[in-house]
Amino acid sequence: MSAPESTYVIEGSTGPWELVIGLEVHAQVVSKAKLFSGASAEYGAEPNSQVSFVDAAFPGMLPVINRECVAQAVRTGLGLKAEINLVSRFDRKNYFYADLPAGYQISQFAHPIVGKGVIEIELESGAIRPIGVTRLHLEQDAGKSMHDQHPSQSFIDLNRAGVALMEIVSEPDMRTPEEAGAYLRKLRTIMRYLGTCDGNMEEGSMRADVNVSVRKAGEPFRTRCEIKNVNSVRFVMQAIEAEARRQVEIWEAGGEVRQETRLYDPSRGETRSMRSKEDAHDYRYFPDPDLLPLVIEQEWVEELATHLPELPDAKKARFMSQYGLPAYDAGVLVMEQATADFYEAVARGRDGKIAANWMLGDFFAGLNRMGRGIEDSPVSAEGLGGLLDLLADATINGRIAKEVMEAMMETGETAAAIVEARGLRQVTDTGAIDGAVDQVLAANPDKLAEYKAGKEKLFGFFVGQVMKAMAGKGNPALVNEALKRKL
Amino acid sequence: MSSASAALDPAAVRRIARLARIRLADEDVAQLQSELGAILGWIEQLNEVDVSGVDPLASVGSATLTMREDVVTDGDQTEAVLANAPAHSGPFYTVPKVVE
Repeated sequence: MSAPESTYVIEGSTGPWELVIGLEVHAQVVSKAKLFSGASAEYGAEPNSQVSFVDAAFPGMLPVINRECVAQAVRTGLGLKAEINLVSRFDRKNYFYADLPAGYQISQFAHPIVGKGVIEIELESGAIRPIGVTRLHLEQDAGKSMHDQHPSQSFIDLNRAGVALMEIVSEPDMRTPEEAGAYLRKLRTIMRYLGTCDGNMEEGSMRADVNVSVRKAGEPFRTRCEIKNVNSVRFVMQAIEAEARRQVEIWEAGGEVRQETRLYDPSRGETRSMRSKEDAHDYRYFPDPDLLPLVIEQEWVEELATHLPELPDAKKARFMSQYGLPAYDAGVLVMEQATADFYEAVARGRDGKIAANWMLGDFFAGLNRMGRGIEDSPVSAEGLGGLLDLLADATINGRIAKEVMEAMMETGETAAAIVEARGLRQVTDTGAIDGAVDQVLAANPDKLAEYKAGKEKLFGFFVGQVMKAMAGKGNPALVNEALKRKL
Repeated sequence: MSSASAALDPAAVRRIARLARIRLADEDVAQLQSELGAILGWIEQLNEVDVSGVDPLASVGSATLTMREDVVTDGDQTEAVLANAPAHSGPFYTVPKVVE
């Protein structure tokens, strides 16, 4: 990976410190059933109603792997341009916790299903940086513990126990909070395009563990700390900065950063030690004797590859070449597949640049004002296209079009209906325009005299007055022409 | 006694027991140390066999994992799942409070 050109540093008393950031993302696989049992993987059911004896670790129960979960991992690997390992293996990761009934998590340690890949992130400066993906492996989720239901007891719900997760581990390639945020957003976008993870961080279907260390420029890595289970992009970025500052203070005070697991507290804006137990990382992995090696066929991988959707990077490149969009606009439009599809429906058979300008401008602004997303937009792609058609055939002018757009957002009616009902059709009748011009000139003799005396800037004033007299409906080109003629 | 037993000191025996959640009385440490040492001795002998170029033997039966279709076939059995739990409350398992 090329050396970063980042200028982001933490200024300490001994000079600037560089950040080294790696992310481990746990992404819940979109599937109907769990990874190794036939219980439902759906979110939000009654406690312990989606638990098989396998999930509850009853003695003698054997795990049987879900083909679709394997397919989802392969699809995600392909989306990350990663090596797909045709032979992988499951290991037991041993630790003791109340919501882990077997006392171990089935995971892939030594032989993950997906190897090295890459995610290209785009920064605010427009720069594109490749961030290495070390690996992706399949594993089981644990159950859920509730500690606030009873004074002396914790309550355990195993509905989530055994649901398939993909753990996606990055290289320590990121150097700034912004890069970490961009990486998370891009990974989320890719998985949502693929339909392999819904990327919903609030519901916990995507969670990030953040590894942070600091160093002086040119140094090898120093000790890192892991911040567990951060559940929003914003918090990930905040946690990185807070943790880096903490580490700089320790080093500069002559101390030593201890490798440990920490938690980010958003209300205090700081991280704190979670379990400093020396055994926390002693998982005693060994191959799961209940599970044979996972062997998949190259033909199956190729078959899955042929059915992948167009991914965001490819779609962005196509939007730029096919519709002539600038990189930034194309990037915003492809962030969500629904937005990209909406845009293409609007742009089909129309001017792609104008369609993008209207979508990214007045249309998004309107949605924001109403607190709505593209999925529940009151104006359909067809509706927005209809407005652009009226603009293209000069039925209305640009100023009126903005007004019509607002009315469409409020009423859900078509542009044509609103233009008809409110009489917003552009006036191209030169007689009417000439009349309005005469009226304005007659009403403003002083300004007319000033203009004639050489104050040509007043031309704009006259245009404005004429448009006003015509309730905004005058054809701007014809109004200009008429004024030039008469002045 | 093989050389491996020397590497397994009493502290390591206690640590292994703690990780496995096994309560270990002080007077049992020495005996376990010697038993575990003997097992490690066997493993050491196995390690002397040259297996370079030989794939690990995962199983003597069918060589690969069979897969299941993505269909919900299980669940909806809260009572049965909770039946053997030492403690439960409503639809939940309950355990002594875990404070993190």
